[in-house]
Amino acid sequence: MSDPVYNSMSVANPHPLHLDLQQKLASALAAIGLLIILMAAINIKMVATVQMLWLSLSLISIGTIWFAYRAYLTKSPGIKNDGIMFSSLTNKGLWAWMAGIFITGFYVLLYWFPSYLGLAQDDQGNTGLVAFFDPLSMLLKSKPASQWFVYGVLYTLAILIFGLRFIWKYRYNKYQILRTLSVMFFQLGFAFLIPEFLQKLNYPYNDMKNMWPLNYYFFDEWSIKGFLEGGNLGWFMLLFGILMIFIISPVLTYLYGKRWYCSWVCGCGGLAETAGDAFRHLSDKSIKAWQIERWLVHLVLLFAFLMTMGVIYSFFHNNPQGYWFDKGSIVMLISIIVIGLIGTNWLVKPFKNKIDQKALYIFTGVMTLGLLLMIVSYFTGNKNALFIDFYTLRSSYGFIIGAIFSGIVGVGFYPLMGNRVWCRFGCPMAAILGIQQKLFSRFRITTNGGQCISCGNCSTYCEMGIDVRSYAQKGQNIVRSSCVGCGICAAVCPRGVLRLENGSEDLFSKTDEIRNIQVK
Amino acid sequence: MKVAIIGNGVSGITAARWIRKLGNHQISVISSESDYFFSRTALMYVYMGHMKFDDIQPYEPDFWLKNRIDLVKDRVKQVVFDEKKLILESSEPIVYDKLIFALGSKSNMFGWPGQDLNGVGGLYALQDLQNMEAFSSGLERAVVVGGGLIGIEMAEMFHSRKIPVTMLVRESDYWNNVLPPEESAMISRHIVKHGIDLRLNSNLGEIIDDGDGKACAVVVKETGDKVNCGYVGLTAGVSPNVDFLKNSSLEVERGIMVDDYLRTNIGDVYAIGDCAQIREAKPGRKNIEAVWYTGRMMGEVVAHNVCGNKIDYDPGIWFNSAKFIDIEYQVYGDVPQESNSIYWEHSCGEKSIRIVYDQNTQIVTGLNLMGIRFRHEVCEKWLASKAKLEDVLENICLADFNPEFYETYEKSLISQYNESFGKELVLKSKRSLNSVLSFLKQ
Repeated sequence: MSDPVYNSMSVANPHPLHLDLQQKLASALAAIGLLIILMAAINIKMVATVQMLWLSLSLISIGTIWFAYRAYLTKSPGIKNDGIMFSSLTNKGLWAWMAGIFITGFYVLLYWFPSYLGLAQDDQGNTGLVAFFDPLSMLLKSKPASQWFVYGVLYTLAILIFGLRFIWKYRYNKYQILRTLSVMFFQLGFAFLIPEFLQKLNYPYNDMKNMWPLNYYFFDEWSIKGFLEGGNLGWFMLLFGILMIFIISPVLTYLYGKRWYCSWVCGCGGLAETAGDAFRHLSDKSIKAWQIERWLVHLVLLFAFLMTMGVIYSFFHNNPQGYWFDKGSIVMLISIIVIGLIGTNWLVKPFKNKIDQKALYIFTGVMTLGLLLMIVSYFTGNKNALFIDFYTLRSSYGFIIGAIFSGIVGVGFYPLMGNRVWCRFGCPMAAILGIQQKLFSRFRITTNGGQCISCGNCSTYCEMGIDVRSYAQKGQNIVRSSCVGCGICAAVCPRGVLRLENGSEDLFSKTDEIRNIQVK
Repeated sequence: MKVAIIGNGVSGITAARWIRKLGNHQISVISSESDYFFSRTALMYVYMGHMKFDDIQPYEPDFWLKNRIDLVKDRVKQVVFDEKKLILESSEPIVYDKLIFALGSKSNMFGWPGQDLNGVGGLYALQDLQNMEAFSSGLERAVVVGGGLIGIEMAEMFHSRKIPVTMLVRESDYWNNVLPPEESAMISRHIVKHGIDLRLNSNLGEIIDDGDGKACAVVVKETGDKVNCGYVGLTAGVSPNVDFLKNSSLEVERGIMVDDYLRTNIGDVYAIGDCAQIREAKPGRKNIEAVWYTGRMMGEVVAHNVCGNKIDYDPGIWFNSAKFIDIEYQVYGDVPQESNSIYWEHSCGEKSIRIVYDQNTQIVTGLNLMGIRFRHEVCEKWLASKAKLEDVLENICLADFNPEFYETYEKSLISQYNESFGKELVLKSKRSLNSVLSFLKQ
C-alpha cells in the first residue's frame, strides 16, 4: 500500500514514544526487579535471598506504578489512548512478540515442567524460582512454596499494580474506578489470601468466587471429599458453590448482566482488565470471528457440562454409601435438570426466538444423547456415565481447556490477540452467563438517540470484539451475550453516546426499536 | 433503475444503503477520496494513534459486494444533465437514471497571502490528514487558524504528538459566535490549561514562504507578531464543495438548491448533505447544515424520494455534539449566544448545564451541556412537548445519561434555582431507566 496514511499508521513505530526521564528510570527499576527474579530462576546464588525477594517485588511494583504515574497523573483526566497504534508493544510489533513468547513460555513451564521452575523433586527442597518464593509462602501458610503459589503471587501482584495504573488511566470515570477496586479486592482476598490462610488452618483450599463451570474441578472427587471432610466450613463452601450456580448467579445476571461477575469479580477478567488493558484493541472485530466465537464458546460449555455429569456420576458410583444422595437420585436430579434446560429452550417463546436454530438442534441432540447414555449406564451398572472413561474425559478437558486455552492462549497471547481471548472464545462460565444475559437480563448498553458519529472508538476498544458501532450507528441498543460490561466503549466514546444500564420495563423488546430511522 | 451517487461520505453511503433496502436498483457510488466509506469525524483519531485507518471504516470491505453497491474510485469531471451521463477523469462515462449529489464540503480559504504554500492545509478530507502526517515528522510548531470545531480538533491532534500549537482565533473567546459566554470562556480556559498557545482577537495576516514554497511562519494581522511554524492549519469553517457545477444548468447558490424533497431544479437529480442548500428551511433550522447527523438523515430521506416514496425532509429538533479536548458538548434545540436561561456550573469549571426558556411562557427552548451527558430522547420530548422550565428542573434526573456512579448534580442545580428565584422545587423523578421508559411512553 503506497498510501502515506496506511504506511505511517500500520508499521510498528513510525513515531517515537514520548517517555520522560522519570519513566525511563521507572522502567529501569522494574527491569532490575525482574532481573533479580530471573537470576533466582536460573539458580544464581544471591546473598540475603529473603531480602532479595522483597527487593525484587518492590522494584517491580514501584517501577510500574511510577511509570503509570508519569504516564497518566501528569495529564488532565480524559481519554488516554494517544499513540496506542504507534507503539510496538501494543501494536503487535517486536516487543509484543517477545512479551507473548515470554509469557507463553512461562505457562508451559508452569503447567508441564514445574521442575524447571525449581519445584522440589522427591524429598529435596525447592530450588530456583519456587525456592525464591519460599519465605513468603512460609509466612502465609507455614509451608514451602509450590509453582502455583509463585503463580498466585505474581498474578495477584499484576492485578494490583496494573489495577492502579488502570484506575489512573480512567480516573475520570467512576464506574471504571469502582469495578477495578472490586476485582483487586476479590483477587487479593478471595483468590489469594483467604485460600492461603485456609490451607494454613488445614481447611480445604477454595476460592469461593471461582464458581463452576469456570472452576471445572469443583465437582471432582477430591474436591467434594475435601468439602465433606472440612467440617461446617467445608459444607458451607459446598452449599455456597451450588447456590452460586443455581440462585445467586442467575439473579445477579438478571439484575445487572454478566458484568457483575466478568468485570467486577472474576480473576481471569481481573487480569484481562488490568494487566491486559493495553491490548484490548487487538480483539478481532470481524463477523467471521464472531461466528467462530459463538460456536466455540458454547461447545466448550457443552463439553464442560457433559464432563461434569460424568464426574458426578462416577463420584456416586465410587462412593455408594455414606451421603444423602445415592447414584439413583443423582441420575434423577441430572435428568430433571437436563430435561428442564431442553424444555425451557423449546417452550419459552422469547427464548426460542433468540436462539440460533442450528445451535438449538445440536444442543438438544447432544444433551439427549448424553442423558440417554447416562441412564443406560445406570441400569447396566456401568461405572462411566458416557461409556467413555471419565478420567480421560476429565483430564483432556483440564489439558485442552484448563491449561492450553485459559493459560497459554488466554494470557500468553494477550499482546497478539487481545486480553479477552479466553473469556470470549473459551470460558464456559462466560457462555452460561452470556446465555442468561441474552435471554433474561435487565442489562443493555443504551445508544443515545441518533448521536453516533460512527467513529469506531467503541468497537476498536471493545476487548470482546463486539462491533459496538454497528449497533450504535443504527441507534440500536446493544445486547450481546459476550458483552462483559466493562464500560470502556462508553468511556472512550467522544460523544457520550453509550450508557450501561439496567431496566425491566422493556425486558424482551430492549433491542427492537431502531430509533435512528428518520422515515418512520 | 440506475442510481449514481457522487460522494462516499455519510450522506451518499446512507442513501446507497437505503436505496438497497428499498429495492433492487443498480447503485454506483463514485468518489476519488478513498476506496471505502470512512467516518470523517474520526480522522483525528487516526492521527492521534487511537485507531488505524481501517478502524474508522464502519463496514467490512465485503459489505459492498454483498449489498451490490458498486464503488467507483474516480473523479467526476463533468455532468451532462441532458444525456444523464457522468464524465469521469479516468474511467468510462457512467449513465444514470437518477443522480444524487453528496459532494460534501471544502475548507474555507479567504484569499490569505500564502494559503497555497506547502505545509498549509485544512482538515476535511483524507488527503488533508495525509498532508498533516507528511509534515509532522520533526515539526517544531503548528499554527491553527480558526476557532471552531475543526480548529480545536486539529490543535488537539498536534498536541497529542507533543507538537507545540498556536491557535489564532478571530473572536474574543473561543467559538463565542456560537456558544454562550460562560461556555465559551470555559473552553478557552481548557485550551490554555492544555498548554496550547491560544491567541484571541487574532486574524491571520499572511503565511510566509521559506523560499522553497513551504510555509515557515505566520504573521498575526492585529499585532504584527510573527510565529515561526512548520505547518499552518486553516480551519475557518467549510463551504459546499460545488465549484465544478457552477456555470451549469444546475441551480447553485452557496450550495446546490433543493426543495423539501431534496430535488434540485433538474429532474431526477437530487442533492444531500453538506453540499445541499434547502430553499425553505424548517423553523429553527439553517439552509445549509454541514453536520454528520443531517447528512445521515438526508441520505435516508433522499433514498425514499429516489425510490418513489415522496417524503418531506424534516430533521426535527436541532441537536449536535462535539468534544473540546476533554470536555464533551451537547446541544438540543435553540441555544443562542445571548438568551434568557438558567446556568449551572460545577466548581471544577469544566461541567455545566444551561436551560434556555422563554421569559413569558416559561417554555424550555434549548439545552446546552458541557461535560455532562443528557439523554437525547428525553430532551427531544421536552422540547417537542413545550415543557415548562420548572417541570424540566423537577424531572432533570430523567435526562441524565452519565455513566453509573457519576457524581450527581441535580440537587445542586435545583437548589441554585431555588435560591435565585425564591422557590421550593424538589426533585420528582429518580435516575432510573424504568422511570425514563415510562416517561417516554406517556
